[in-house]
Amino acid sequence: MNNKSKKPAQSAETVIEIENLHVAFGDNEVLKGVDLSLQRGENLVVLGRSGTGKSVLIKVIVGLLKPDSGRVVVLGQDVVDSNTTELDQLRLKVGFSFQNSALYDSMTVRENLEFPLVRNVRNLSRAEIDRAVEEALDDVGLKQAINQMPSELSGGQRKRIGIARTLMLKPEIMLYDEPTAGLDPITCTDINNLINDVQERRGASSIIITHDLTCAKEVGDRVAMLFDGQFQRQGTFDEVFATDDKRVQQFYHYNFTE
Amino acid sequence: MIPPSPSTPRPFITARIDKMLIALYEVARFVGRFFREVLLPPYEGREVIRQCYEVGVRSLPLISLTGFITGIVFTNQSRPSLAQFGATSWLPSLVSIALVRAIGPLVTALIAAGRVGSNIGAELSSMRVTEQIDAMEVSATKPFKFLVSTRVLATTFMIPVLTLYAISVGLLGAFLNVNSNEATSFRSFITEVFGTITFLDVFSSLAKSIVFGFTIGMVGCYQGYNSSKGTEGVGKAANAAVVTSMFLVFIEELFSLQIVNAIRSF
Repeated sequence: MNNKSKKPAQSAETVIEIENLHVAFGDNEVLKGVDLSLQRGENLVVLGRSGTGKSVLIKVIVGLLKPDSGRVVVLGQDVVDSNTTELDQLRLKVGFSFQNSALYDSMTVRENLEFPLVRNVRNLSRAEIDRAVEEALDDVGLKQAINQMPSELSGGQRKRIGIARTLMLKPEIMLYDEPTAGLDPITCTDINNLINDVQERRGASSIIITHDLTCAKEVGDRVAMLFDGQFQRQGTFDEVFATDDKRVQQFYHYNFTE
Repeated sequence: MIPPSPSTPRPFITARIDKMLIALYEVARFVGRFFREVLLPPYEGREVIRQCYEVGVRSLPLISLTGFITGIVFTNQSRPSLAQFGATSWLPSLVSIALVRAIGPLVTALIAAGRVGSNIGAELSSMRVTEQIDAMEVSATKPFKFLVSTRVLATTFMIPVLTLYAISVGLLGAFLNVNSNEATSFRSFITEVFGTITFLDVFSSLAKSIVFGFTIGMVGCYQGYNSSKGTEGVGKAANAAVVTSMFLVFIEELFSLQIVNAIRSF
């Protein structure tokens, strides 16, 4: 298995900066002082066991969850102190792909894709909307699904349509929550290629939450491992796994040797 | 006096009052947010019309049936009492007052609470469970405005319309009953009905239907939008939407009765 071969150019510009982030649900402190940064054009993979707060982290980044303390700056804007209008402006530049795709099940694929565009960009002509929808579907290779309902799609197709919907607003940052969870190896490869494609063709910076090491290896420029509410290891894929730490080794061996 | 340490458990009653006050505050915030979102542009005209269709047109068969049967049954059950005094000719007046002042608005609101309220509660809570509302939130598409404001407006507009319709169908049922039993003509039935009901009857009936519609929409949306995660949350939200809105409709009916009586006494 190859590490991500072609590294796209990254600039030194930091697009996400997180400092000393604490999030607790009642007595259960999930994130205990997390520090993280994402550079423009970079794919950062966040690995960790289930329930370690990976999804919580990206939900804090888009303002879906309020942290108990800490600083979260996205594209120069402090998310924690932003009001609703400022947050909405920021969200136009950040795409979020949900673990279960979160497609609007009362709408067709076309309506799903149109929805963020029509509601955020006023005065678009019908032809412009149709072109944008077709382009997005073309990017994910699902042009034929345009008039289908989400319930008629397979898991992999739903995932790709979910990603296409987030791409409609041409985001600068993409956040993927478990993009390959529950999919067969071939569909996983398709999704990994799509994530790389989004990075290369659209120049998006991405955080990919996963516990799939194949995905981490194929898409990640950098990998960060979340244990006990903090990032214990960060670096390239090989650097992160070059350790005797039992927890890290367990992760590796389950995916690649057992 | 030494203040209690944070670890000291709160007395049971204090904790319950705290919980109730927090819930009331949350409801007030939700209602306040509705008015803010409704008044501020952009406006959701198309979606409001779509929801009006869902609430109004799709409720017509059920409202027709219940309104019609209520008219017939109420007329039939009132006849023996009036017959004792040889006053069955008062049936159109009695039925029209009962239908316009109380039965029409109440039956419509209860049917709508069961059909529309539960539908809104279940739909929004399943959208919450499957993260569809979160997906709208993160794409800056203002889900509160799109999902909540439109549904509450639709119920507020359509329940009064359905009430007028239910009253009309109920009167039709009543007419068929008195026509077959007392051979009352349509013209004399209508003359009796419109000679009895006043502007205040119709106005108060419509006014409280607006309040009922607002309540049903608001309760359904509140329960659905704020439902807990999981399939259990969907069931709970649908159930709470129906039970709470029916309870509130009866409370509002009591209040409106007092207000209208006070107006009549002037």
